[in-house]
Amino acid sequence: MKTLLRHIILFLLLAFVSLGALHAEETEALDVKSFIFGHTSDGYCFHITEIKGKPVCVWLPVIVHSKESGWHCFSSKHVCELREGETYQGFFIAPMTDPKHPGKLMEVSASGEATRPFDLSFTKNAFGIFLVCGFMLAFFLPAAKKYKKDPMATPTKYQGMVEWLTYMVLDGIISPSIPKSKVPKFAPYLLTVFFFIFFCNLFGLIPFFPFGANVTGNLSITLVLALCTYVAVNIFGNRHYWKDILWPDVPLFLKFPIPLMPIIELVSTLTKPFALMIRLFANILAGHIIIMVLMALIFIIGGMYGAGLGSATSIISIFMMVFMTALECLVAYIQAYVFTMLSSIFIGMAQEGEEVES
Amino acid sequence: MELFLPESGLMIWMLIGFLIVLFILAKVGWPMIMGAVTKRNQHISDSLVAAKEANEALAGIEAAKEKAIAEQQAEQVRIINESQELRKQLIEEARAEARSEAEKIVADARIKIQKEQDEAMNQIKAEVITLSVDIAEKLLQRELADKNAQSRYVEEILKENQPRIEA
Repeated sequence: MKTLLRHIILFLLLAFVSLGALHAEETEALDVKSFIFGHTSDGYCFHITEIKGKPVCVWLPVIVHSKESGWHCFSSKHVCELREGETYQGFFIAPMTDPKHPGKLMEVSASGEATRPFDLSFTKNAFGIFLVCGFMLAFFLPAAKKYKKDPMATPTKYQGMVEWLTYMVLDGIISPSIPKSKVPKFAPYLLTVFFFIFFCNLFGLIPFFPFGANVTGNLSITLVLALCTYVAVNIFGNRHYWKDILWPDVPLFLKFPIPLMPIIELVSTLTKPFALMIRLFANILAGHIIIMVLMALIFIIGGMYGAGLGSATSIISIFMMVFMTALECLVAYIQAYVFTMLSSIFIGMAQEGEEVES
Repeated sequence: MELFLPESGLMIWMLIGFLIVLFILAKVGWPMIMGAVTKRNQHISDSLVAAKEANEALAGIEAAKEKAIAEQQAEQVRIINESQELRKQLIEEARAEARSEAEKIVADARIKIQKEQDEAMNQIKAEVITLSVDIAEKLLQRELADKNAQSRYVEEILKENQPRIEA
């Protein structure tokens, strides 16, 4: 009975919270598209909240190279707080409604046109990347140090956790796919990729600073990861792998005079990492968008039918969001698992021939 | 769609961050963890093998002990049997000795008896002789006059005593 009462109070509180939000939103209708993509795409500052119409942000450095004026480096505070039509050192951020470069830093050139400069800004996602990098180093290096100091010592609980995580990936994903002699060569890359994706996914689900950057749901990041796998597969691939691509065991007319099969094989080397890139990106982005949509639903319904119905929706919405966040935790692991597993299978395939021969 | 276009700036940051982490962890992270765990696994399996061997050796020692105990028990039984045998033999010997001793005693006694008998016989004989001499004396004293009667009488007496003389 007591717990039931507590639940009801929680419901009402949740409803009131959204009521307050709705009240603030009443003045201007919510632009759902820019709301969702503003949160899921990269940004120049870490938006925390808004107090009395003023954004509370963690400002990040903007580093840009303009063809006309060279390098510029300044806090994103200057460009984020600009009103429409204003510029700072000739730069401004395009609105989310901009068809070409929504939310990106633009430069007003001498001719008055808005162009995109070379943008090396330390953005929200770059911050997220380095947060995960720092976390990984802080998480794994002390264990490695302890192991180096005394490999035979009884492992501590922390070491046990690191060991368990490492060997979960090593025994579950890497060892079954790669020839045994090649495991020490490729395991460091695959382990790093797994934990990088896994921690990025998890950190992306935590909705407050310094987490919450949608790192793996960004194509640039998955592109780099896929590129690394492409390099690991093709640069370290052995003779047999390349022979299978350039001169596969098919009837001669399929590879001479028109190298039909070699072309298909070469394309397939590109499609494999491409699929990796898209899969990770789409899965994580979709998860974030679903949660954002459920959030936006409260305000959409509230805006359409009034605060009462909006509050009622918030209860359902928040339950759905809790469910989706739990599901996303699962997806965070599964996607890291899938990316690492496919990477190790591709790497293993490019290493096979020799093992069989010897 | 801007969302589906990679950003070169972010890619550079990503490449820098990821490669730094990859480099550091590949140099001083993963190999240490994997190496230590492999080493420990090896150590554990070695220890298990050693323990198994020690157990087997212990079982061997146990078997040897059992065997030694069995041997000792057999030896014990043998010694007991032997001593019993010896005891029997001793008793037997003692008994035989006693018997021969007894026989000797009996034989001695017999000889003694014989001797005494002989002596007694001799005494009787001597007695008989004295008796006969006495008789003869008496006879002689009575019938010295009649020589015929005398000789007849002697013959008579001799006839009467024929079996005695012969004996």
